[in-house]
Amino acid sequence: MTTSVVIAQITTGFDKLLNALINGIALGAVYALLALGFVLIFKATQVINFAHGGLAAVGAFLTASFATVLNFPGRFLPDMPSWAQWGLSALFAVLAAGVVGLIVERIFIRPMIGEPLFSVAIITIGVDIILRTINDDFVGQGARTLGDPWGIQVIDVGNLFINQTQIATVGAALLCFGLVAWFLRSRLGVAMRATAFDQEAAQAQGINVGRVFSIAWAIGAALAAVAGIFSSVAPRAAGVTNFTAFVVFRAFPALIIGGLDSVLGAVVGGFLVGIGEVVIGTYTAGMAGTLGVGFGLIVPYLLMLVFLLIRPYGLFGTEEIRRV
Amino acid sequence: MRGRPLLFTSYEADSALLPSVSKKVAMTVLLLVAFTLPLQLIPGIKWLGSNPWLVVLGQALIFAISALGLNILTGLAGQVSLGHAFFMATGAYTAAILGGETGRGVIGLGLPIWIWLPAAGIVAALVGILVAPTAVRVRGLYLAFVTIALVFIGDHIFRNVRVVSGGPGVGRTWPALEVRLWKEEEPMLAVSSDGTWFGIEFSRQAKQYIFLLALLIVFALFHKNIARTRLGRAFAAVRDRDIAAEVMGVDEVRYKALAFALSSFFAGAAGALLASFFGSRTPESWDLVLSVTFIAIILIGGAGTTAGAIMGAFFVVMVPRLVENFSRLLSDRTGDEGVLASIANFILKTGTTDFGLIGTSVIGPGLSTFQLNLLLYGLLIVLFLIFEPLGLFGIWLRIRNYWKGWPFSY
Repeated sequence: MTTSVVIAQITTGFDKLLNALINGIALGAVYALLALGFVLIFKATQVINFAHGGLAAVGAFLTASFATVLNFPGRFLPDMPSWAQWGLSALFAVLAAGVVGLIVERIFIRPMIGEPLFSVAIITIGVDIILRTINDDFVGQGARTLGDPWGIQVIDVGNLFINQTQIATVGAALLCFGLVAWFLRSRLGVAMRATAFDQEAAQAQGINVGRVFSIAWAIGAALAAVAGIFSSVAPRAAGVTNFTAFVVFRAFPALIIGGLDSVLGAVVGGFLVGIGEVVIGTYTAGMAGTLGVGFGLIVPYLLMLVFLLIRPYGLFGTEEIRRV
Repeated sequence: MRGRPLLFTSYEADSALLPSVSKKVAMTVLLLVAFTLPLQLIPGIKWLGSNPWLVVLGQALIFAISALGLNILTGLAGQVSLGHAFFMATGAYTAAILGGETGRGVIGLGLPIWIWLPAAGIVAALVGILVAPTAVRVRGLYLAFVTIALVFIGDHIFRNVRVVSGGPGVGRTWPALEVRLWKEEEPMLAVSSDGTWFGIEFSRQAKQYIFLLALLIVFALFHKNIARTRLGRAFAAVRDRDIAAEVMGVDEVRYKALAFALSSFFAGAAGALLASFFGSRTPESWDLVLSVTFIAIILIGGAGTTAGAIMGAFFVVMVPRLVENFSRLLSDRTGDEGVLASIANFILKTGTTDFGLIGTSVIGPGLSTFQLNLLLYGLLIVLFLIFEPLGLFGIWLRIRNYWKGWPFSY
């Protein structure tokens, strides 16, 4: 096993499939993180959060500024190794993004309790525009590097090339899944699940529903930020740009495939879509003449439409009970 | 019934297009003002009749047609659609194939407007019917995601079918807004060139404005008639409680499909007009942002109302231009003395050191005018939904009711 920077990865046969699978899993981890945050917010507050992409971009930008320009908190801890400094910067950025989520909920979502779900969903579109505009103004034209310690270094196992970032992505995602699983079993998490089940009944049991809303948004935004960070480092991107927020549009199919209100579904859906996108993209790359350039990018949506026709509520989603 | 304008003695009178005398008078005045706007007769709004503003108004008229379409689907039938841009693109490319010119790698048959404009609507409507079964199967917010999928899949197709779209970043030529009988050299009604109509000299912009205004009136009448008849009542029943509607004999599948078809018809025609009006549009410009614009228009205007959709379109199209003009006015005054100049100096960021909100250059610190507009746009969506869910139409209702009951509060 050697560590090297590989510029062109040319593989064939079984290795091609394995490589595609590895890339797909790493991409799927990003989608799963986005979908998980989205589902947590949706379950707890019944809000479809179209501002999720904006929150992801904010998280990525905050990491970029903490890790490079501000050098926070690294400037106070000069003895730390650089990877730990970056990790701390990213952690603080994720926390800050959580605070942004909290603020968004307080200002824009709280006044809308009891309003039609559609109106609240559209409000989040407005919030997304606001967040992205302000964030884009800070980011500026071009890409801002996140200063991550991995860069484009590759671990080379035989014919398999694994970007170090991909390992970090999957690791961070697994850590987040673990934290969320732990949280859902904690006292607050149980309160959140109760709120998701029935808001009024939860309130009657003494659960502070408002606080549950705040926490759901904070966690959702933090997860979005983690996804934003790992979607804007090499090899996927050169850094945070004005287009970072759009990654969420490719995570939407993951949500639908998994089921809008299922935590497990979000994770499974995320990996399914990530793997599907990369594997199908890899094998159709030679068919650009018939399928068009960038066919891999719309594979998630095609998968989603197929899934919707077979299972309208996704793999793990609960079927809506319709009453007159 | 003199003196009792709200007493209706028949359903016909109640659901009439303009149920009261004052509404008839107001509509007549409004139409007169709208049609004579390019002549710049009325002091105070003469600037609206100038050529640059007529282009803005023309765009607003087309957006209004498209917004009326989305209003049928979302406002009347209650189906959330973020795929409006896709249907507009479908219409636009149908028009391009039928009415455009062949050359520079794209195809076009060069047919006249009375073929390509209805065809744009009809093809989009057919695609709408194709989508409807999926839309009936998934409901509510799941539908929003299906329609997002449409935009992305459509974007992929239009990018790659270069013989139709001209390819990403390049675009193609579009059929001009000219009325011809067939492919003759001299158009029967020259809309896209300066000339005289009824003995009055009109600019190209003025002619296009009048032409589009006439089209909007046709579409608005169509929309109003859908809303106030059996079809509109069926849509409202499906929107309010679909199972209850079905119990009452309203075929849910059929009416949802119809709502999609009608909405797409409007969108297709508007897409064709939009591309034709601006003369250039690349395949990537029919994106989700455009779809969101129309959702914003009907929410800002007031969902479910004809007047609301039209008001919303004018509002959303004109506000950015007003902001742009205002910030340009401010930046011209920064050197002067006085109140306006000090306001300008406070708001604008001219150098790199002073702290202002609006930057005067596109790149660099401070929000550019474009970004400021985006920010304002986002804020408008949020504020309208939080404070005035009925939109501009709701504000109008409140003003009207205030004067109706004056001097009493209700």
